[in-house]
Amino acid sequence: MKKIEAIIKPFKLDDVKDGLSSLGVKGLTITEVKGFGRQRGHKEVYRGAEYQVDFISKIKVEIVLESELVADAVKVIQEKAHTGEIGDGKVFILSVEEVIRIRTGETGKDAI
Amino acid sequence: MNTGDTAFVLISAALVMLMTPGLALFYGGMVRNKNVLGTIMHSFILLGIITLEWVLWGYSMSFGPDHGGIIGGLNWFGLNSVGMDPSADYGSTIPHMAFMIFQCMFAILTPALITGAFAERLKFTSFLLFAVLWATLVYNPLCHWVWGVGGWIGSMGALDFAGGTVVHISSGVSALAAALIIGKRLGYGSTAYIPHNLPMTITGAALLWFGWFGFNAGSALACNGLAASAFVVTHIASAVAALSWMFMEWLHRGKPTTLGAASGAVAGLVAITPGSGFVGPMSAIIIGGLGGAICYGGVLLKSRLGYDDSLDVVAIHGLGGTWGALATGLFASTRINPDGANGLFFGNPGQLWIQFVSVIATMVFAFVMTIIILKLIDLVMGLRVTEEEEVKGMDICLHNETGYSY
Repeated sequence: MKKIEAIIKPFKLDDVKDGLSSLGVKGLTITEVKGFGRQRGHKEVYRGAEYQVDFISKIKVEIVLESELVADAVKVIQEKAHTGEIGDGKVFILSVEEVIRIRTGETGKDAI
Repeated sequence: MNTGDTAFVLISAALVMLMTPGLALFYGGMVRNKNVLGTIMHSFILLGIITLEWVLWGYSMSFGPDHGGIIGGLNWFGLNSVGMDPSADYGSTIPHMAFMIFQCMFAILTPALITGAFAERLKFTSFLLFAVLWATLVYNPLCHWVWGVGGWIGSMGALDFAGGTVVHISSGVSALAAALIIGKRLGYGSTAYIPHNLPMTITGAALLWFGWFGFNAGSALACNGLAASAFVVTHIASAVAALSWMFMEWLHRGKPTTLGAASGAVAGLVAITPGSGFVGPMSAIIIGGLGGAICYGGVLLKSRLGYDDSLDVVAIHGLGGTWGALATGLFASTRINPDGANGLFFGNPGQLWIQFVSVIATMVFAFVMTIIILKLIDLVMGLRVTEEEEVKGMDICLHNETGYSY
């Protein structure tokens, strides 16, 4: 089992969610996050003064899925979150030791 | 006594009262969310402090029987002999009390304007003391000089219909003194002090604009043609200044901003205030248009000069008020107000000189007195919150509250 953490542009969330759903991903968690990468921050202007805002709003999507689905899921995220501009985000893949469904106590693949 | 005039002045007083909470929102939206309550409180609580000060000795010092053109006597302490009949000198068709309460709202608003300069860092106890001392030692004498019968600036023939010198230059210059004495906020130059709630600021600007009709038109002290004229030129100047600030910023920084439009509107209101009862509509367009541009320039100057006037009181009220007072000396016309005088463009260059003297006198007096008051308070109890409190924010440290719980 793997966990995918994808940092994406907020306006791409619906496309990514729909793409993953049609792939058969049954659940996902999102968080509104702030950060910077190569895009750095952006400028804001108040009363003629420019301010450098270091952290940009992004969405972090977290999904846990069977290892064999990972390649397809990453492909979908890459397609759906893509604008070609700097700041499109990143995908991280982590190993997951165990998954437990709280209600039933099921574990592993059945709990995903 | 005239019932129409009385009704108008009482309603105007209520309109001016609303400007202070309006200013609280205007300023509150521009600070960071950890300081929103502390900033709002600076304005709001002045409704309490200054009302008491005004009723006890402030009104008497400002408008009481003249002593040498400098100050009013304490004969009217506690509103003694300020009653329901008209006074001989102030608003002959309205109850003396109506004039008193109308002026009370001005006295409240003026120190509230200064609070923008030291937002996000002043101790509350020091603030309370500052408010009482400033009202007593700066506002009351100035008010007497300009508006009190026998006051030396008014006697000189200086025109200030609704408070260019008394309210705006005095608060703007005191704001500069306060910013210099109290010092910069922590992280000045490296931290971005980004406004936390601009819709709040724009709501505040709208309330200011609304209340300003009472401020300027109400200063006619009668429900007459002059009040209508002041109402109209006030609106024109604000409208044009909102546009001029927006276009200036658009040209300079590439985008038209809402904060710019709101700031411009306020700058226009400031600029027209002294001349509102003396100038016509076309003059108001020029006063507002240049007012917005000058104040925008002043805001830019702040970062060049390196003082931390948090919310641009110096640029908007100091510069805007100065421009307005001088503009009155350019554009005043006796066709608008036969009790006034003509300005430079209407054949009387001497008026500009009188206006200039009144501006300089106000600036020097307010600046020096504010420095003395703040130095004194610093000596007795200090001025600033601790560094830790400044980082945590005034709301939680000074008031045990937070503005927002998500």
